[in-house]
Amino acid sequence: MGSNGLVNLAQMNSGQNGIVVEIQGGFGMTDRLNALGIITGKKISKISSMVGRGPVTIELDRVQIAIGFNMAKRILVEMGPKQ
Amino acid sequence: MKKILLVGNPNVGKSALFSRLTGVRTTVSNYTGTTISYTKGFMKLGGEKVEVIDVPGTYTLEPTSEAERIALKMLDDGDIVINVVNATNLERSLYLTLQLLERQIPVIIALNLWDDTKHRGIHVDLKKLIELLGVPAIPTVALTGEGIKDLVENIPKALSKKAPQRNRDERWTEIGSIIEQVQHIDHRHHTLLERLQDASVKPLTGGIIGIIVLAGAFFVIRFIGENIINYIFDPLFNRLWAPVILKLSSILGGSGVLHDIVVGKISGSEVNFVESFGILSSGFYVPLAMVLPYIISFYFVLGLLEDIGYLPRLAVLMDSSMHWLGLHGYAIIPTLLGLGCNVPAILSTRILESKRERFIASTLVSIAVPCAALQAMVFGLVGKHGGQYVAMVYGTLFIVWVLMGIILNHSLKGFSPELLIEIPPYRLPLWSTVLQKLWMRIHGFLAEAIPIILGAILVINILYSLGIFDAIVNITAPVVTGVLGLPKEAVTSLILGFLRKDVALGMLAPLALAPKQLVIASVVLAMSFPCIATFVVLLRELGVSGLLKSTGIMISSALIVGGVLNLIL
Repeated sequence: MGSNGLVNLAQMNSGQNGIVVEIQGGFGMTDRLNALGIITGKKISKISSMVGRGPVTIELDRVQIAIGFNMAKRILVEMGPKQ
Repeated sequence: MKKILLVGNPNVGKSALFSRLTGVRTTVSNYTGTTISYTKGFMKLGGEKVEVIDVPGTYTLEPTSEAERIALKMLDDGDIVINVVNATNLERSLYLTLQLLERQIPVIIALNLWDDTKHRGIHVDLKKLIELLGVPAIPTVALTGEGIKDLVENIPKALSKKAPQRNRDERWTEIGSIIEQVQHIDHRHHTLLERLQDASVKPLTGGIIGIIVLAGAFFVIRFIGENIINYIFDPLFNRLWAPVILKLSSILGGSGVLHDIVVGKISGSEVNFVESFGILSSGFYVPLAMVLPYIISFYFVLGLLEDIGYLPRLAVLMDSSMHWLGLHGYAIIPTLLGLGCNVPAILSTRILESKRERFIASTLVSIAVPCAALQAMVFGLVGKHGGQYVAMVYGTLFIVWVLMGIILNHSLKGFSPELLIEIPPYRLPLWSTVLQKLWMRIHGFLAEAIPIILGAILVINILYSLGIFDAIVNITAPVVTGVLGLPKEAVTSLILGFLRKDVALGMLAPLALAPKQLVIASVVLAMSFPCIATFVVLLRELGVSGLLKSTGIMISSALIVGGVLNLIL
């Protein structure tokens, strides 16, 4: 668990759902994520993590997005119930 | 002339819609001063001829990449916008739509992929959507042409809504409220394709699927290529073309400069199509019977993988390994393309974000990724001596690819950016588009390779008969013989590698090299210098200093690796 009782995308388990609460990045990163629909308040579910600091794949609005490990670490999520 | 702009997210069928509107006569242009290209065409609108421009795909008008900056600039010159929206994913698409509605330009919406909404249990209240957005919206299916006529008829009804300027949060809130009112999704179970989709990006199952796909691709490419050679081109050349060559040979007197240029060196009653080196013998046999079959099979398989949507998944699988080379997973796409031809591979490095990544990716492709033409010749010539020698060529190039990537990653300033890509759903490919794309690529190969090969053979024959090669051979002998352990005549082939790698390898055939020497020569040919076509795109993409740097790395590493192979094999 992260500092505020939140987890980042990399820490989340596959199959879990959550709501994006914070993107800890500069404007460049935030813009790129926003453009793909990853904004605070968005419901997401995690599909998978690749081994060895590989990318995290999430699904939101019926679309899958792969996010590099270091970027995924900076996206904080409040977890919902496990499905 | 009026300009109609097609604006929309990537992967929403914008290009398919574009070709529905404009037909076949379109041109691809570069936006002035950039590497971003766009497609332009024409259509009739109420008896008037208008220009249609396919603007590069973008998610937002707050530009985050060069392509998006260009999209924004192009908007200023347009008269009407057709906003292509993914009907199965309004959440994503409407952000751009709202931004467009805030501008002073008439907009009409094409709700594309409309048929997919039904398959996927997504219900969209069209009337309500039109009411909320305040501009016309027409359901379309660009792949089948459904709704296109309706769209065209409604273009004059496009409206400029001049909505008040909003900030980012206000737009997302508005989208949330629109979605609430117009969209309803049935809950349903995952289909087989969707389960396969998830399995492809999970570590264990994804790894297994990746190995099966790549091994399967290799096997199919080999199988199709071999069989086209054995059952079509070899019989054609040996039974039909060889007698013609022999007849010509006797008409031309059996020897002499003209004879050798036209039909090559022929001894006895058999034509050796690889070694004879005449324009009508090797000049047609090498590109058509040795290389073309593998071009067909390679691009057929690659086209399938592209259209099914497997490549982004491969990028996910490869991402953490690619970080060692200073790249992220997406760089696997230029690498795979390079196995066909280095030219489109280097052009496709534009999908990478930073200049550093593009330099690393282009250099790695031109050093360590052999093109299909060269590979076909490696299979044909080196493979005769046994599969282990072919494996040595590939093994060496793979090690070079990894080591060179690690070295470049550590010696160049900067860091590797993070992967961030949308993974489109698996789709069953449309055979017509797969075959159309295959045909374009085959045509490209034939149009480019054959004239250069014929010209190269002509020039080489002339240089031979003038004795110019002898002089070069003697000057370079210490390096070629001393360092690489090749006969000194092999230098002509290494030089010719600048024109075409396939013919260059073919030139080694008459030298009767030992298998070990063939391995060294193949590796050096692959690494040393890009062919002229690659050279030109490298210059365009990297600039003069980047090209010089890249070329220096290639030549020195080729000599080092060739020398090492000579010592240890």
